[in-house]
Amino acid sequence: MRKIKEVFIEKSLLTSALITILVTLGIILVLSVEAVNFFKEVPIIDFLTDTQWTPLFTDKHFGIMPLLSGTLLTSFIAIAFAVPVGLSISIYISEYAPRSFRKSIKPALELLAAVPTVVYGFFALTVVTPFLQSFIPGLSGFNSLSAGLVMGIMIIPFVSSLSEDALHAVPNSLREAAYGMGSTKLQNSFRVLVPAASSGIIVSIILAISRAIGETMIVAIAAGQQPRLTMDPTVPVETITAYIVQVSLGDVEHGSLEYRTIFAAGITLFIFTFLLNTFSYKIRKKFREKYE
Amino acid sequence: MNNIKANRLKDQIFKYWGIACTLLGLVLLAIFIGSILIDGLQRIDWDFITSLPSRKAERAGIYTALMGSVWVLVLTTLIALPLGIAAAIYLEEYAKKGRLSSLLEVNISNLAGVPSIIYGLLGLEIFVRVAEMGSSVLAGSFTLALLILPIVIVSTREAIKAVPQSVRDASFALGASKWQTVARQLLPASFGGILTGVILALSRAVGETAPLIVIGALTYVPFAPESPMDEFSVLPIQIFNWISRPQEGFEVNAAAAIIILLLITFLMNGIAVFFRNKWQKKLG
Repeated sequence: MRKIKEVFIEKSLLTSALITILVTLGIILVLSVEAVNFFKEVPIIDFLTDTQWTPLFTDKHFGIMPLLSGTLLTSFIAIAFAVPVGLSISIYISEYAPRSFRKSIKPALELLAAVPTVVYGFFALTVVTPFLQSFIPGLSGFNSLSAGLVMGIMIIPFVSSLSEDALHAVPNSLREAAYGMGSTKLQNSFRVLVPAASSGIIVSIILAISRAIGETMIVAIAAGQQPRLTMDPTVPVETITAYIVQVSLGDVEHGSLEYRTIFAAGITLFIFTFLLNTFSYKIRKKFREKYE
Repeated sequence: MNNIKANRLKDQIFKYWGIACTLLGLVLLAIFIGSILIDGLQRIDWDFITSLPSRKAERAGIYTALMGSVWVLVLTTLIALPLGIAAAIYLEEYAKKGRLSSLLEVNISNLAGVPSIIYGLLGLEIFVRVAEMGSSVLAGSFTLALLILPIVIVSTREAIKAVPQSVRDASFALGASKWQTVARQLLPASFGGILTGVILALSRAVGETAPLIVIGALTYVPFAPESPMDEFSVLPIQIFNWISRPQEGFEVNAAAAIIILLLITFLMNGIAVFFRNKWQKKLG
């Protein structure tokens, strides 16, 4: 009797674990079914090469490039801001800061990641954009610069926390050897520790990129809703995620072509983040083997 | 000699640069919270919390959105908690090393990186359409439950892993079965850690906006939901709605609602940290 109960429990626990696989399959299935329906009506070559995205207008164009360029532009700004700052923080905390400081500063920085993104969007729109406008004439009320920078603030903890863990995991013998040769902390950090922890640091950067690409509310609020193929950070753009929000807020009929566009946009987004996540997982696996 | 001096100087400069970077994010956060408090604090009173939404900014309140958030939070917990803890127990205590367990592991790590808006698309097709739940509280809760599932699983696994092997050995030596060991030893011993992870996951859920917009949660609801099948709005969507309106008064409302949302989020994070410290002390 007890045996039966044990087996039953194990099977139910296994089922719960298998549900996570079902979720992934569900995501892939839902996105591909609707995307296939979409590509029945819109040739995939138009989707990839057309330079306009106007599914909600009478003159319809379905080129993903403007949305993709908006996504990449805002993400690039965020990464260009967050990576140098986050990496500097991680080196400072791991190598320079007193131990007590380290203990209190890490949770404080993680608070930055706990703030809901809709709140960051408000910050970008009402504080950062007016501030930037005071010295960048011609900066539009909605722009990718402000959205990208605020997104950068949000992902600082992702970079700093994971990189710091990686630096911390470097064996002390390497530090001691470098100091023994008379190097300063700075030389030690950049010539010994950062190269030694490079896989962990790369993982943190990839995860940050993936985070930035999938971020929705900040860009939906502060970057605008005008799909535009541009690298100009001062004008309104629209990201893939912001487009999905825009359509979801309107009355779009289920099964219509407009409805399917959000799945076509969604699958593009999913492919990008999936590749980044898989890549980072592979590196992380390798990295773990190296130090454990 | 000069070279050494230059290197020392560079070292000092980097140290101050590091301090500046570390403080940058926190200073920005402080500026931001300060400006929100200035904008929104005057607007917060009991009426703001208990009033229904309105087209007039000065009469609008957050009651329906707040109730929506509470409903979604409770249901999300009920769905994600058993599922996540069960999956974590399986992975940590039952699964044998092999193809299946490594597949599960890659998969969970991947799910944790899927953008939240994609979960919205999943919820829209599966829960809203196929399962015919409509844009209800229940559909929203299922969507958010799947979204936080990877976080719950990962943190629960870590908490269970932290229980010393000797506890398991002792329990088996006394003749306990595997499940008895899990239920009577491991879960109580890792309770604090699991609780921390769950609260952090829920604090993420309470701030989520995009997936709920995608599944069709409303931006304007005249009544608070009374059953899981009712339509709903949540606090972050209410904030988003107010932000997108041009009139001055709504910006103040948005700031006031943000204060409430941040209060909830920070409170949950604080409670989580409190439990973590208490639990770590007990374990150590």
